Amino acid sequence: MSLIVEVRDLHYVFEDGTEALRGVDFTLRAGATVALLGPNGSGKTTFALHLNGLLRPSRGTVTIDDMEVTDQHLRAIRRKVGLVFQDSDNQLFMPTALEDVAFAPLAAGLTPDEAAAKAIEALRLVGMEQKSGKAPWHLSSGEKKRVAIAGILASDPKLLVLDEPTTFLDPPGQRSLAALLSTLPQAKILITHDMPFARALATEAVFFQSGRIVARGPVDEIVERFEW
Amino acid sequence: MHIPDGYLSTPVWVATDVVAAPTVFWLARRAQSKFDHHRVPLMGVMGAFVFAAQMLNFPAGNGTSSHLVGGALLGCLMGPAAASIVMTAILATQALLFQDGGLLALGANVFNMAIAGVFAGYLPFALLKGSRTGLFLAGFCSLMTAALLALSELLVSGVAMPPAMITVSLAWFAVSALIEGALTMAVATALERIQPGCLRRPQSGSRAWVVVAAAATLLASFGWLLASAKPDGLQSLALRAGLTGRVSSLLSSPLGEYQASFIANPALSRTVAGMAGLVVIYVLCTAVSRAWAATRREGA
Amino acid sequence: MRHARLELWSRGTSFAHRRHPAAKITAALIVLVSIATLRPVHWRVALAYFVFLTAMTASARLPILRVHLAATAVLPFALVFAVLSLAAGTPERGLAIIARAWLSALTTVLLMATTTQPDLLAGLESLHAPRFLLQVMQFLYRYLLVLVEEAGAMRDAAASRAGTVGVLEFRRAAGAAGVLFGRAWTRANAIHQAMAARGFTGQIPRFRVFRFHPADLAFLVAVAGPVVALRFIAG
Repeated sequence: MSLIVEVRDLHYVFEDGTEALRGVDFTLRAGATVALLGPNGSGKTTFALHLNGLLRPSRGTVTIDDMEVTDQHLRAIRRKVGLVFQDSDNQLFMPTALEDVAFAPLAAGLTPDEAAAKAIEALRLVGMEQKSGKAPWHLSSGEKKRVAIAGILASDPKLLVLDEPTTFLDPPGQRSLAALLSTLPQAKILITHDMPFARALATEAVFFQSGRIVARGPVDEIVERFEW
Repeated sequence: MHIPDGYLSTPVWVATDVVAAPTVFWLARRAQSKFDHHRVPLMGVMGAFVFAAQMLNFPAGNGTSSHLVGGALLGCLMGPAAASIVMTAILATQALLFQDGGLLALGANVFNMAIAGVFAGYLPFALLKGSRTGLFLAGFCSLMTAALLALSELLVSGVAMPPAMITVSLAWFAVSALIEGALTMAVATALERIQPGCLRRPQSGSRAWVVVAAAATLLASFGWLLASAKPDGLQSLALRAGLTGRVSSLLSSPLGEYQASFIANPALSRTVAGMAGLVVIYVLCTAVSRAWAATRREGA
Repeated sequence: MRHARLELWSRGTSFAHRRHPAAKITAALIVLVSIATLRPVHWRVALAYFVFLTAMTASARLPILRVHLAATAVLPFALVFAVLSLAAGTPERGLAIIARAWLSALTTVLLMATTTQPDLLAGLESLHAPRFLLQVMQFLYRYLLVLVEEAGAMRDAAASRAGTVGVLEFRRAAGAAGVLFGRAWTRANAIHQAMAARGFTGQIPRFRVFRFHPADLAFLVAVAGPVVALRFIAG
């Protein structure tokens, strides 16, 4: 199986001099699911933002599907890597669910009709086609998360990166999100503190500490080792 | 402060629309070309912030409370062009969704609060290099200018107001302006603590803005003088001053009821004046944007 | 909030709801100009307009009483001026202000009750309003409720602690506005990040494409025609 993500010696220093990442090595096979665990501020989100070029390495390389993250490949990379942010409100910025999901295909140059067809297909995948005309503030947290995921799926990504996807969701919402994600064939990176959720989806976990990955292994083994 | 439809006379709302619409066009083009693209969400969210901040009531002593208008604060934070656009977006949203201010009167409201108000507020801020006094004066001048303009537009339109009412209004404006000044200063100071460097202290290149700001303030004062000279409308003002009808028609809009009197039917003339006003605005805006696009292309 | 009700109404499916937003905006502007030029002698025209706008409300299958009530929001301010006019010995001018303000508000409410906010912005765009301004309005509308909720939560949090008085309270409120601003700023950056992650490079692509149909022209003529004709006949 080919590698969808290959990160080598990734360092990132914020403008104020804080070292957020200090030499991260990471690989992910196509179709695999891994959970990123670790304390708050250990660099998980900063790492995720490198995967589609929102942040650029201070040192080291990030390669997605044999394509290095550089300005030249940015458009292609952003189509391959879908980021689902923690606060869905920030992600759903268009007036209706349908328009929001159609945003990425439109930005990629599709006509409104083609984009709408793509968006409806993506909304159907997440079970939200009935709500396509709704404004974001008429959706529940779980529905917003689904629409946000549809917005990512509409550009046919190969990798989904989900940052704390279960926050703001009630337990049934968390379970149904896990069920939805398990039906999607893409490789997934889950940043989460929700262990039942991580166990349900991920085969492996990596543990972040002070800007480094300090361990990788089966989820239960990592949980036991770090008393997580 | 938000003038609804139905108060302003045709010459006044047409004239303010004619001034405001092309100015907004120009500022929008400018704000769009000048700033990087993350400004679009930023400006929208800032508009929503001003709406939301108006929910946080500020105790103004003696049991009453007041809220932020925000034009001066936005000007200090984003620069006057962007602040004008955000204020215009706020006023348009208020007019459409909350019937707070009229649609035909939108030009007047935009001129008062989003253009003159923002620039009058930016002037002291720029001159005093963003000091606390400058921030206070920014809020004060911004609100005072907008309020005086609104009052003079109503007076010029011939809305009946006894002198006592005008005195009370002026006192009320002064109090509101003092509160707006204090709020602008307090919020901006609180912001500087949370997020140092967020105030857009004017650089040397922005001298043009200071000139525009000064012009806006002058214009506002002139409008006020014009109206306060005789609060029974422009027509009688001109008569009282011994001016002829010709001059009075010059003072009003060329599309006002006087000028269009070549059409015998007064209703026809009024309505034609109004419609023609809208057409003129439309043509002006298209021309401005075309001209701008042309110069951009040449410059590129 | 009031706009919630307008938003609910605007999602109707009547003939008026389905018209090109530019046709509705143009019709509304023509009606507004006709109203703005009414003088006290035209009270019969004002009455006729009232009946006409009520009939339009009914034909758009909107709740007549509630739509009229929504327009009365402008009346308290108008009443002040009516009283002033009465005191100045020109009561008919005061009545004219009330009539014009109310009819204008009714027209605006009708426009917004038959046009969703995104459709309205698309209509304004097809009338060549500056796109940048419309996009700012779109984001403003989108994040209005989000920030108002945040402000409400902060107000409740402040109220649940013991209140202070005078200058201290003023500073506290200013501090709250500062914190709200900081959050809004952070949120704006997060939104931009989410947009960039999905391929935003400076232009929000157009999605709503409207075609001007004969029915739209018919609507425009049917609304503007009688209103303008009535205005001219009245002299």
